[in-house]
Amino acid sequence: MVARFMSLKEAVASCVKDGDTISMEGFTHLIPHAAGHEIIRQGIKDLTLIRMTPDMIYDQLIGAGCAKKLVFSWGGNPGVGSLHRLREAVQEHWPHKLEIEEHSHAAMANAYDAGAAGLPCAVFKGYRGAELPRVNPNIKFIKCPFTGESLAAVPSIRPDVTVVHAQKANKKGDVLFEGIVGVQKEAVLAAKKSIVTVEEIVDDFGDISSNAVMLPNWAVTAIVEIPGGAHPSYAQGYYKRDNAFYKAWDPIARDREAFLAWIEEHVMNGGPEDFAAKREANKG
Amino acid sequence: MVEYTPTEMMTVSAARALKNDDVCFVGIGMPSAACNLARLTHAPDITLIYESGTIGTKPDVLPLSIGDGELCETALNTVPVPEMFRYWLQGGKISVGFLGAAQLDKFGNINTTVIGDYDNPKVRLPGGGGAPEIATSCGEVFLVMKQSKRGFVEKIDFVTSLGHGKGGDDRASYGVDTKGPSRLITDLCIMEPHPVGKQFVVTSIHPGVTREEIIENTGWTVEFADKVAETAIPTEKELQVLRELHARTAKAHAGQQ
Repeated sequence: MVARFMSLKEAVASCVKDGDTISMEGFTHLIPHAAGHEIIRQGIKDLTLIRMTPDMIYDQLIGAGCAKKLVFSWGGNPGVGSLHRLREAVQEHWPHKLEIEEHSHAAMANAYDAGAAGLPCAVFKGYRGAELPRVNPNIKFIKCPFTGESLAAVPSIRPDVTVVHAQKANKKGDVLFEGIVGVQKEAVLAAKKSIVTVEEIVDDFGDISSNAVMLPNWAVTAIVEIPGGAHPSYAQGYYKRDNAFYKAWDPIARDREAFLAWIEEHVMNGGPEDFAAKREANKG
Repeated sequence: MVEYTPTEMMTVSAARALKNDDVCFVGIGMPSAACNLARLTHAPDITLIYESGTIGTKPDVLPLSIGDGELCETALNTVPVPEMFRYWLQGGKISVGFLGAAQLDKFGNINTTVIGDYDNPKVRLPGGGGAPEIATSCGEVFLVMKQSKRGFVEKIDFVTSLGHGKGGDDRASYGVDTKGPSRLITDLCIMEPHPVGKQFVVTSIHPGVTREEIIENTGWTVEFADKVAETAIPTEKELQVLRELHARTAKAHAGQQ
């Protein structure tokens, strides 16, 4: 089945349901913030959130009460400090208890790769001498059947739904990613369903490298055009990372009331159309 | 007389540890400043790699996050994150990993996970990110960290990333054949592992710093080498390049809203 063009509301309503395992990826770049807001607006609950770097996007989902569990490898606001909503969920169980499953980046990158490859687990040289295997039962060690070398194994990541942001889709629904491409392709291919939000839909991609990172339309479930939809992260070629907003997030997230007021104003009373102005403001 | 801060002395000393032909996996924060200072001074051909997948990056300003656009736009090439960790890091292509820490012990084991108990933490830190495998897969590891009793402890609360384990040849018992932490650069001194015991030994003291200050700011019993050098002060050129880099960075990060 080929990808369908949808509104964000329709895409989230048709692909994401309570209790799902969801991966929203983007390594600093192309983080699908507009889609995160839509999940909060639709009041989706009990999600298992997977993401290598659960920065502001998951701080918002966790604080808004959408998450039951977080699977991650680095949880902070890069260069700024802690994720206060994540920290409060872990330390004080607000708005409710949050289960965590913690890995290293290498483990999660390998687990996405294994998920995309249809494997049940990922095997790699990792966690040697590290303590995470003591607290995370999903980290085991196996012996190479050929050499006897001890190798780390983690379950592959196979989300119910993956949500990513990309620069472009063409009219047929093929998707083009450029710049820091992170684990987006692997995360989409590992998932049962996928939503890709894009900066723009174009007639054709023009003169691009034959090695460009692409997802053909039959590998994606839903495509939504949202100019600026990655703000305050960035979309290379369209707008820069709004580092000032990442810094401004710290005092907002630090205080429950300030956080709830921000969610009310910008998420509950906002919509995907608000992101275009952010794109303009951060062209730089 | 050249004037400089202890942090500048630390960053300059850390930068000097890098060579022009190094391939360096760069941690965010202090390591990023040191690695780029090296590139902008004595090591113009150094290959800097960030875990976001950027290879051979030459940023004009320091990234706030490990995947800022600046890193990709100035890189030789940008690869997917699984490729970065599988081929380049695990594959043994990287000579130096440059890391910071929240807590460190005398064997260079690193904690960036929790202060207190894992299930009931006093402070939840960001976690390991790339560090657990950077610490074991890079040829050697340089550590840079401001010295304090809170950070330099006898026993870390959680071993996020392996250093020399319990010392001696303990590191190798985990199946790790890389060198591990070979240099620790602080705002007070430089330490290197004892050739046999692998505990850190002070080998160079920054000008104006006393042995007592180092002892007071360290949670383990400090050892000094038989011959302790005095670290060369930052040159005017090093300070100028570092200050200009920080000024460009501050301007770039404040300029957006």
